[in-house]
Amino acid sequence: MGFLGIGILSWVMWLPFVGSLILIFFPKNQKEQIKYFANFWSVVCLGVTLVPLLKFDKSLRGLQFIENYQWIPTIGAKYQLGVDGFSLIMIVLTSALGFLAILSSWSAIEDRLKEYYAFLLMLQTGMIGTFLAADMFLFYVFWEVMLVPMYFLIGIWGSERRLYSAIKFFLYTLLGSVVMLLAILKLYFIFPDLAASAPKTYFEAAKIMAEGNAPMMEMLTEAQRSGATFNIWAMQAIGSARLIPLGLQALLFGAFTIGFAVKIPMFPLHTWLPDAHTDAPTAGSVILAGVLLKMGTYGFLRFNLPILPDASQDPRIVGVIAPLAIIGIIYGALCAMAQKDMKRLVAYSSVSHLGFAVLGIFALNGHGVSGSIMHQINHGISTGALFLLVGVLYERRHTRLIEQYSGLAQQMPNYAVVFMIMLLSSIGLPLLNGFIGEFLILRGTLEANGYWAMFGGLGIVLGAAYMLWLYQRIFFGEVQNESNRTLKDLSVREWAYLLPLVVFAFAIGIYPKPILDYIQEPARIIVKQVKHDYFNRPALTDQKAESQVEEKK
Amino acid sequence: MLAYFQAFPSLRDTLLLMPELQITLFACFALVLDVILPKEKKRLAARVSLLGVAFSAASIALLVYQYSDSLPQKAFYDMYVLDGFSLFFKALFLLAVALSIGVTIKYLDLEKEQTSEYYSLMLFSIAGMMFLTSSHDLISIYVSLELITLPVYVLVGYFKRIPKSNEASMKYFLLGAFSSGILLYGFSLLYALTGQTNIEAIAQIVPEIIKTGSATYLLLLAIILIAAGVLFKMAAVPFHSWAPDAYEGAPTSTTAFMSVAVKSASYVLLARLFFEALPSAGSVGSVPGWTQLLGVIAAVTMTIGNIAAATQTNLKRLLAYSSISHAGYLLLGAVAGNEVGYTGIAVYLVAYTVMNLGTFGVIISITRHDEGDAASSERNTGEHIKDLNGLVKKSPAIALMMLVFLLSLAGIPPTAGFMGKYLLFAGLIKNGTDWMTKLAVLGVINTVISFYYYSRLIRVMFIADLTEERPLTVGKSLQTVLLISALLTILIGIYPQPVIKISESAIKQFGNISDKASGVVPKLNND
Repeated sequence: MGFLGIGILSWVMWLPFVGSLILIFFPKNQKEQIKYFANFWSVVCLGVTLVPLLKFDKSLRGLQFIENYQWIPTIGAKYQLGVDGFSLIMIVLTSALGFLAILSSWSAIEDRLKEYYAFLLMLQTGMIGTFLAADMFLFYVFWEVMLVPMYFLIGIWGSERRLYSAIKFFLYTLLGSVVMLLAILKLYFIFPDLAASAPKTYFEAAKIMAEGNAPMMEMLTEAQRSGATFNIWAMQAIGSARLIPLGLQALLFGAFTIGFAVKIPMFPLHTWLPDAHTDAPTAGSVILAGVLLKMGTYGFLRFNLPILPDASQDPRIVGVIAPLAIIGIIYGALCAMAQKDMKRLVAYSSVSHLGFAVLGIFALNGHGVSGSIMHQINHGISTGALFLLVGVLYERRHTRLIEQYSGLAQQMPNYAVVFMIMLLSSIGLPLLNGFIGEFLILRGTLEANGYWAMFGGLGIVLGAAYMLWLYQRIFFGEVQNESNRTLKDLSVREWAYLLPLVVFAFAIGIYPKPILDYIQEPARIIVKQVKHDYFNRPALTDQKAESQVEEKK
Repeated sequence: MLAYFQAFPSLRDTLLLMPELQITLFACFALVLDVILPKEKKRLAARVSLLGVAFSAASIALLVYQYSDSLPQKAFYDMYVLDGFSLFFKALFLLAVALSIGVTIKYLDLEKEQTSEYYSLMLFSIAGMMFLTSSHDLISIYVSLELITLPVYVLVGYFKRIPKSNEASMKYFLLGAFSSGILLYGFSLLYALTGQTNIEAIAQIVPEIIKTGSATYLLLLAIILIAAGVLFKMAAVPFHSWAPDAYEGAPTSTTAFMSVAVKSASYVLLARLFFEALPSAGSVGSVPGWTQLLGVIAAVTMTIGNIAAATQTNLKRLLAYSSISHAGYLLLGAVAGNEVGYTGIAVYLVAYTVMNLGTFGVIISITRHDEGDAASSERNTGEHIKDLNGLVKKSPAIALMMLVFLLSLAGIPPTAGFMGKYLLFAGLIKNGTDWMTKLAVLGVINTVISFYYYSRLIRVMFIADLTEERPLTVGKSLQTVLLISALLTILIGIYPQPVIKISESAIKQFGNISDKASGVVPKLNND
């Protein structure tokens, strides 16, 4: 489906970029018009993103709305887009947070508006492209392109140490991604031989991913026929058919992991995150925490697990990744507890939360993986909201130091309530969204390894500790600082961008099924690709087919 | 008319030379113009030179049209060959010189040194490069090389009033002459071993020498001497020390010209000598292989170039070191020794030509002098990083284009530089040897280091406050060059298919030859 001969996913992806191009032609001094246009355009983008969400067929396996065009035939790179339930939820999250980020900048940004909104919209195209790309080359291009607008957002509109933070962010991510590029190249060069060596196994593996989905099957067989391909799902087919030797898998796993671990960020590659978050403007922090970090976990679930399944469950590798995730959870929480700056505190809490997401992934079972995806979405909502809330306070007082505030509950009761809800959602209180993800992850890790679950539980307790302590210091007690006496409560515009997040926090917490419906099938397939016999008992027939194929081999 | 020419063999040979002849002719014409034209009309010579380039480009197009199915064409007793490779690089050199002339016009006006002689020297040098691409004989290679470098020595020292320029010229000349001598010594050893000066004949005899093992070490010595000469021209470590001084001291327009055209010429030299004449060099005897040596040089060149560039504050010096590191990246393609790597070299040279000339164009646009300053020896204005401060406020368009060039130099997609780097690394990964993979890892780490110093320029342009109120000096010619370069940089980045395709057909011949060679003797890097 599409419009004007252009596929719907291309519309979703390129519309924000078109908006940033239009913005360039606005006169510099028409500040109001620029703001109105940017907000209007982001609503349009969000609206267009809802089209694939509504038309999505949840019963169908694999990618939908596939677009498949030649791009650079000599090296086999193609313009291939597609969504499954997982990436669909991620692009909706991206568009929604993108809209809220733009809305929240109305009064926060006064300087160089045109460039600011143009960069935000450009960033949105980059992020959506990363989630939509079905071709690794295209994926890589978007992955890197995204860095440039983010660099400028931090560098131009950030706070005190913005230059340092911006370049640190860029260099860390660049280092990770160029190493990933080498792994992509290696996969590209081994693919033709491997796919040709076992065409039947390849076909069987492709069938598990795309049975009943004719366009995707066609894409996969075409990839095999042409030999040179960057198609992610074709790579998954040779990967989950166990055609890549373990030694090579381990190397590739290492290379991909460096790329994704920087982005997530996992301990010990996390040091860029507190700086980038602290110095980024509010909208930048929201996007960074809400979407950019998720690309690391998205990468794990798209590349590492399905393409390199043996390495992903090799005890030596899991024995490194899982402890690192656990260290991230505990260390992030402890660091958060020690922070004097609110934004830095929330940033460290992200390290802790993303540690959870990684732990869930490497539980390598259905609950763990779907819990991890759920947790990523919830983290986007609750941490995004927390950054927005800190931004509200920062706009009024121009300081984020916790010691500057106390007794705000008297001055800003509405603000205190919203803050409380989002904070509890971040802690994982039942009936709020955070609980769903944490529960699923804990259940998954318990199935995989009891000790992990124990540490995970400890992380939740610590999370409650630093968050509640923060709340106590800011909102309770008497107002100490005179300048806090005149603080205004939430304005209409602030309600407008906070309310949707509050609604979502409750909605997902009370009735998560609509979202779980989207992610359950992709999670099931991913687990199936990693472990042939673990999660999915009804699909025994497929297993038989596989084992038969292996016998034939 | 073509048919008429073809009836006479010597006339046909001359026809093949047409692009070079036209350039030479126009170079002489520009020289004459220098005498005729009054001082304020000397800019006319630039237009005449561009006309020459256009004529030459047209005859290249004609040659492609005429011979595209029957390449290679040989002439003058096999001393001259017209193949896909030479046509590709002739076109690239013409593009480089056209853009260089574009940035030169404004710059010479600015320095009050507008002369026709400058353009004529540039054209002579380009004529040498075009001869080099087609040279198929050690003698003609050497002569073309001299024709390339002699005018450049003069161009480097063109500002007679400025001591730095003179010093740079002297340094470049002495070291350049020395390296040419070394190269010539290597040639003579190679002649002694094979009894041939023709590239193709040498390519046939060398595997025999390696097979019999009779004079392996002498051959290795010849290879090392030739390599030293070639590596000097491309400013690879440890033969790089001339580059920063020459780049900094030379007039900016000369630096721009040198850094793209002369650099590309040195890769033409590398290709003719090492991919065509000595493709089997990778298998020289039991001594540590040539490929590994080249790998080490590439690694050291990238790393030293990048680390040194990271500490520079002078823009031209920074770009000199960055160009050293780019020489290292380009060598990766030669190390890989497969078609992907060679294609990478060709694509990267195209990308490098447009993005580097664009960068120098922007530097020229911020160059300025206080009144009466033109004659003073202190001419640092516009060459310091801080001179870029707040460029975006002065001219958003130029800052944006500079951003494109810098991102491309750093290899961030979607720019031409990324596609080039991508192919170079792909060559190494395709080869698949363990140490080549490690070399590729070192290469990508280097791109991260390089982003650090390019980002310093981006930072001052977009984030720092404006410190220099005087307007930019941008003429029409400079604007055109910037626009063309920026568009090409983006276009090649987004849709590189045509460039890759043409590059592939240009280097096809080397891929085949090295396959043949490795069939005779197994390559050392395969064990």
